[in-house]
Amino acid sequence: MTAIAAESQPRVARRGRMRRRFTRRPPAVVGLAGVVIVVFIALFAPLIAPYDASASNYNDILLAPGSPGHLLGTDDLGRDLLSRLLVGTRASLTAGVLATVLALVVAVPIGMVAGYFRGWIDLVVSRATDVVLSFPFLILAVGLAAILGPSLVNAAIALAIGQVPIFVRIARGEVLGLREEEYVQAAVVNAAPTRVILFRHMLPNILGPLVVQVTVGIPAAIIGAAVLSFLGLGVQPPTPAWGTMLSEAQQYVSQAPWFAVFPGLAIALTTLSFNLFGDGLRDVLDVRMGS
Amino acid sequence: MTARLEVEDLHVRFDTDEGTVLAVNGVSFSVEPGEVLSLVGESGCGKSMTALAVLGLLPPTASRSGRIRLEGEDITRLDEKALRRIRGRDVSMVFQEPMTSLNPIFTVGYQIGEVLRRHEGLSRSQARARAVELLDLVRIPAAKQRVREYPHQMSGGMRQRVMIAMAVACNPKVLLADEPTTALDVTIQAQVLDIMRDLQHELGTSVVIVTHDLGVVAEVADKVVVMYAGHVVEAGAVDDLFANPQHPYTLGLLGSVPRPDLVLADTQNRLVEIPGMVPTLRQPPSACVFAPRCSRADDPCLVRMPELVETASGQYAACVHPGPERARQPEVIRS
Repeated sequence: MTAIAAESQPRVARRGRMRRRFTRRPPAVVGLAGVVIVVFIALFAPLIAPYDASASNYNDILLAPGSPGHLLGTDDLGRDLLSRLLVGTRASLTAGVLATVLALVVAVPIGMVAGYFRGWIDLVVSRATDVVLSFPFLILAVGLAAILGPSLVNAAIALAIGQVPIFVRIARGEVLGLREEEYVQAAVVNAAPTRVILFRHMLPNILGPLVVQVTVGIPAAIIGAAVLSFLGLGVQPPTPAWGTMLSEAQQYVSQAPWFAVFPGLAIALTTLSFNLFGDGLRDVLDVRMGS
Repeated sequence: MTARLEVEDLHVRFDTDEGTVLAVNGVSFSVEPGEVLSLVGESGCGKSMTALAVLGLLPPTASRSGRIRLEGEDITRLDEKALRRIRGRDVSMVFQEPMTSLNPIFTVGYQIGEVLRRHEGLSRSQARARAVELLDLVRIPAAKQRVREYPHQMSGGMRQRVMIAMAVACNPKVLLADEPTTALDVTIQAQVLDIMRDLQHELGTSVVIVTHDLGVVAEVADKVVVMYAGHVVEAGAVDDLFANPQHPYTLGLLGSVPRPDLVLADTQNRLVEIPGMVPTLRQPPSACVFAPRCSRADDPCLVRMPELVETASGQYAACVHPGPERARQPEVIRS
């Protein structure tokens, strides 16, 4: 009886199996928890933050962590570090997510078309991919951001362009393998238009590797965004961002090391969370369709 | 009367980096309404390519010539758009590998329905209802429940039946089946063949079945076309061909099948093998393509590739020394 019940609810059963496989990995669960916390902070930062993140107070400059009223201390303009750190989550996460999603949306159709049609279009796309990939990710992003001009959106665009070739390659490779599958052939036999074959039949089947790459791409873009804002190419002051905070802290490293440590820690922990989560997700999704 | 499907002088060649490969060389056959034609041969003899060529589904490196007429209309001249109207509606196809020929992420009902919605313009619920009927037709039990299931929940035999349901959804004029039973258990094979034969009777579909399994041929076919290295070497009605094989290759194929009903004295019931392998043709043959493996081969065979000629009533063979006699057996089989 139970067997029959399980049989008739296969999706639920499969989902349960996947969830178990995920929760059996402690690092993955820690990563997921970290991601949830970071997203929560980004959403509700102004409500959680004890102070206005941009309000300076010249009476309390560079207070040490644990000072009354300022848990993590204050910066060189007397702004509450905890508040700036919390609100700064927004800029960093936005840049990371925006850059990755942008890259995904642009790259996947290109990669899929290249993999499906092969021929000259594949040649052009693949070589273009190689060219972009031959530049180091951060150098490329810095160069592009410098050209586009400093702003959060431009930083995200620059980081997205750096990631596009990675997604193109994944989508192309997956489609290249899938197009030989007989169900794709069968769809052609049944006169499905190419766009239906690509986006209805193939896209859902290549989502797994793409999702995993997203969880790897977001932390990479977060670091990239930090680098860009460190160089003044990202979010403009007084809006807080982790990279900007790092660059502000740079001059005070000897007097107020915590000023640099906390934003650095925030970047490190956020990227670590995403990476652990991504690893767990890959382990779960990699087991292909096999029951 | 015009034939349902008529293939005339079909050539398929591949131009690859390693040179030209002549996969199909001057294949001709025709299928009448309600008739089952079987393309038989070893792996690599061009039988699958012939089937794919009919639908215009050859890989991009292939080029095709010859005429393929569907009820008199030459479909080799149609553009992609017109071909698309034919595919899945007038001519459909069942593939060899049931485990991979359904998309794992959609229910079987959706996949059957997709064809119906595209070609017949049915609504989602009409298509769903028709999908249930079709699953019933291919004898899938509890079709109403099964229609909501995913391919991974079904056995290979059931998936192949789903493929058949999909292929016959629009009452096609011609059904191409590329080794439809090769991946299945023998018991399931029989079921699937039964279903195909019944459907073909009920719907009047013409079936072209590609196989290397002579058991399948005997079971379902009306006409047989034996292919070797891209050439038709023998063609005829199934009973004639089995009783009175003309080409030594056909003879060899028949000899390599276990047949408890036929005790052949000269082989002591041993299975006979055909020595060697199917050659890959890179240029038009200057001798009989089968000569290197043939026990009857002599000088006249090496002059040119023999034409397909009528060697017995209704039977055609491309052989210099046609006939069923087993006069000269090659040495290897006596060892």
